[in-house]
Amino acid sequence: MASIFENVVGAPADVIFALTAAYKADTDPKKVNLGVGAYRTEDGKPWVLPVVHKADHILVDDENLDHEYLPILGLENFRKASAKLILGEDSKAIAEGRVGSAQCISGTGAVYTGAHFLSKHYPFKGAACYISKPTWANHRAIFEGVGIPVLEYPYWDAETKGLDLKGMLGAMEAAPSGSIFLLHPCAHNPTGVDPTPDQWKQIADVMEARGHFTFFDTAYQGFASGSLDKDAYSVRYFVERGFEMFIAQSFSKNFGLYSERAGNLTIVAKTPEIKNTIESQIAKAQRAVISNPPAYGSRVVSLVLNDETLYKEWEENLSSMANRIIAMRQALFDELVALGTPGTWNHIVDQIGMFSFTGLSTPQVKVLKEKYHCYLTDNGRISMAGLNTKNVKYFAAAVDDVVRNV
Amino acid sequence: MSSSTQPTPALRLQQLSSHIAKKADKPSFFEQVQEAPADVIFALTSSYKADSHAQKVNLGVGAYRTEEGKPWVLPVVKKADHIMVEDDNLDHEYLPILGLEPFRKAAVKLILGANSKAVTEGRTGAAQCISGTGAVYTGAHFLSKHYPIKGAACYISKPTWANHRAIFEGVGMQVLEYPYWDPATKGLDLKGMLGTMQSAPNGSIFLMHPCAHNPTGVDPTNDQWRQIADVMEAKGHFPFFDCAYQGFASGSLDKDAYSVRYFVDRGFEMFIAQSFSKNFGLYSERAGNLTIVARSVEVKNRIESQIAKAQRAVISNPPAYGSRIVSLVLNNETLYGEWEQNLSTMANRIIDMRKVLYDELVRLGTPGTWNHIVDQIGMFSFTGLTVPQVKVLKEKYHVYLTDNGRISMAGLNSKNVKYFAQAVDFVVRNH
Repeated sequence: MASIFENVVGAPADVIFALTAAYKADTDPKKVNLGVGAYRTEDGKPWVLPVVHKADHILVDDENLDHEYLPILGLENFRKASAKLILGEDSKAIAEGRVGSAQCISGTGAVYTGAHFLSKHYPFKGAACYISKPTWANHRAIFEGVGIPVLEYPYWDAETKGLDLKGMLGAMEAAPSGSIFLLHPCAHNPTGVDPTPDQWKQIADVMEARGHFTFFDTAYQGFASGSLDKDAYSVRYFVERGFEMFIAQSFSKNFGLYSERAGNLTIVAKTPEIKNTIESQIAKAQRAVISNPPAYGSRVVSLVLNDETLYKEWEENLSSMANRIIAMRQALFDELVALGTPGTWNHIVDQIGMFSFTGLSTPQVKVLKEKYHCYLTDNGRISMAGLNTKNVKYFAAAVDDVVRNV
Repeated sequence: MSSSTQPTPALRLQQLSSHIAKKADKPSFFEQVQEAPADVIFALTSSYKADSHAQKVNLGVGAYRTEEGKPWVLPVVKKADHIMVEDDNLDHEYLPILGLEPFRKAAVKLILGANSKAVTEGRTGAAQCISGTGAVYTGAHFLSKHYPIKGAACYISKPTWANHRAIFEGVGMQVLEYPYWDPATKGLDLKGMLGTMQSAPNGSIFLMHPCAHNPTGVDPTNDQWRQIADVMEAKGHFPFFDCAYQGFASGSLDKDAYSVRYFVDRGFEMFIAQSFSKNFGLYSERAGNLTIVARSVEVKNRIESQIAKAQRAVISNPPAYGSRIVSLVLNNETLYGEWEQNLSTMANRIIDMRKVLYDELVRLGTPGTWNHIVDQIGMFSFTGLTVPQVKVLKEKYHVYLTDNGRISMAGLNSKNVKYFAQAVDFVVRNH
């Protein structure tokens, strides 16, 4: 008897997860995983932040804690602390009561939730969402998944290995008024190239003049410069400029809580009334997808963000991650220079955050995988956290080989 | 007066109006968005919490309560918690898109049985989801994209959990109803149910509760399930089971899975949404699974691949904490035994409360028949009370329940059952 689903076509495996699977299956002792953006220690191991361990023990010993359903929009203390984290202690928008939030399934869930809301309630029907070229692969999938057309704005300048501001502003100028622009506030994924404050001003000028809607996706606050406030500059600047916006926040990286899906969608609206209305519609939609979000991860984050001592410890843990990555950038750069590898490699140290857009080509990446067992995405992006003092020379030598010979 | 640095009047006017436009009332993007009403169940809980009346009773949300009226963290869950917090090998690395593998496997085994042939044949799949809601959503979303009969409607029982309609309509599917509750008998309207299944277009989707029907507590008998399967098969309908209470209905996990396993034996392909919110008391941790029974291994693989693709663009991957606890317990013989005991404790207290409430209503001579209180199965009882009666229960007695007269039995205990019975007696006699 035939299956009802006989004609369902198999979907290809997700690229990043497939990369990790291939790495895991590889038995070569020298293998290096530079694929997924998850922090690794100097020993190449995942790192449970000491402050998270601490919070874990506090939670498990708390007799008052149960597993009762959270409200649909999530743990209130978590939501408030998340909004404060990105917008700042002294945020006027918060004081004015026009900032809302929804606890979501990490950054993906926050982008999805914002996108889903826009697909139903954005006043400009048929408006497209513009994503940077390149961007995190999942951005397109999320917006297309909710039926919003996706277009690209120039971002990476292959020649300068920096920001193509002219192209970016040009696309913003040319886009129909009231388009949606998905921006990375810091530590751009995959390029590591961030606008300077002056460039953010220029971006804001055009966004304002064209009446576009700002959607920030921040997965790396604290990871870019090592300072949470510095990393939030662009978002806070836009708030000061009077923009309404959505901000998707992930605590996967900066809390190392990847699998616990702690995330938040911060909503900056013109008035408290509008903020309430938006939250009510998000709650209605959320109820029919997940009902209410998972408590564990948000409890850990909330505990830490709302406790002065734990917060400081967290900042220290965050710094140690950011600093090790910065040190690896320097080490890789130095090694490539020492080898005299053809080309310029300043971008390795200039780029910001977890990733480096090496500029390596797909054929070069293929050889890195097959000959050197170095796993990275086809676009040449490497996760810096995958490097350590034991493998950085090996990797540099591999890069040197493929640059010279492929 | 004019100098090269002074703007012309025209330019100055432009600057001023631009400045005004920036600062003054540029409208919000979201001026026209309508306020959505608060969710009924969550609103009920809020009202209850805000109520300061000493004798208030919460019979709203389906969450287990102890004899003391408190939430209960299962002892086996506390145990698992401590095991996990001490395990230095555990980190928080991303789960695969479809979730924790030992959890998925154990969840499938739980509903289909340790000896399930479909499992050994490799034609069962699973996706870890955000509890029962997420599992229903995930299955519905897949069907909205890949169900071969375009425009097929999903039929839900009348009545059913309020969120069922929202989930299916949310993914763009049409939702229709099949008769279920018979107010005359306070039992199953099998004739109506089978009639709708007969008249529905071939290959429709039917959302069914395998046990402990929410909100009625009325479950088909084994023989009735056979009749349902006969019609479903003849009409080529697709069964979508939503199982949120396995273990809660009869107290036996295997007994509660009878209908699902029977349908598998009959050769149906199906989806089964599973929630671990109630039977593990893990409500807020969102542990759930979508079990997929397909005709072949190949089809199962393709379905899983499409679900993974869709899942990646909504949640990326599911939360580990809850699934780790469930997996630890289900995969450990001792812990599993303890869990069964914890489960029995909950199921038995609820069964006791049914008996006590029934006895009290009989003792009071409350007009009407009340057998349905003890005949109904699971966490809820569909009392048959009307909306006006429910209103008085709320306003006069501070007893919170949903407008359809559904009560969560777990909200009753030896301290409040007489009070509640008295309140019911009053509204039945006077409203």
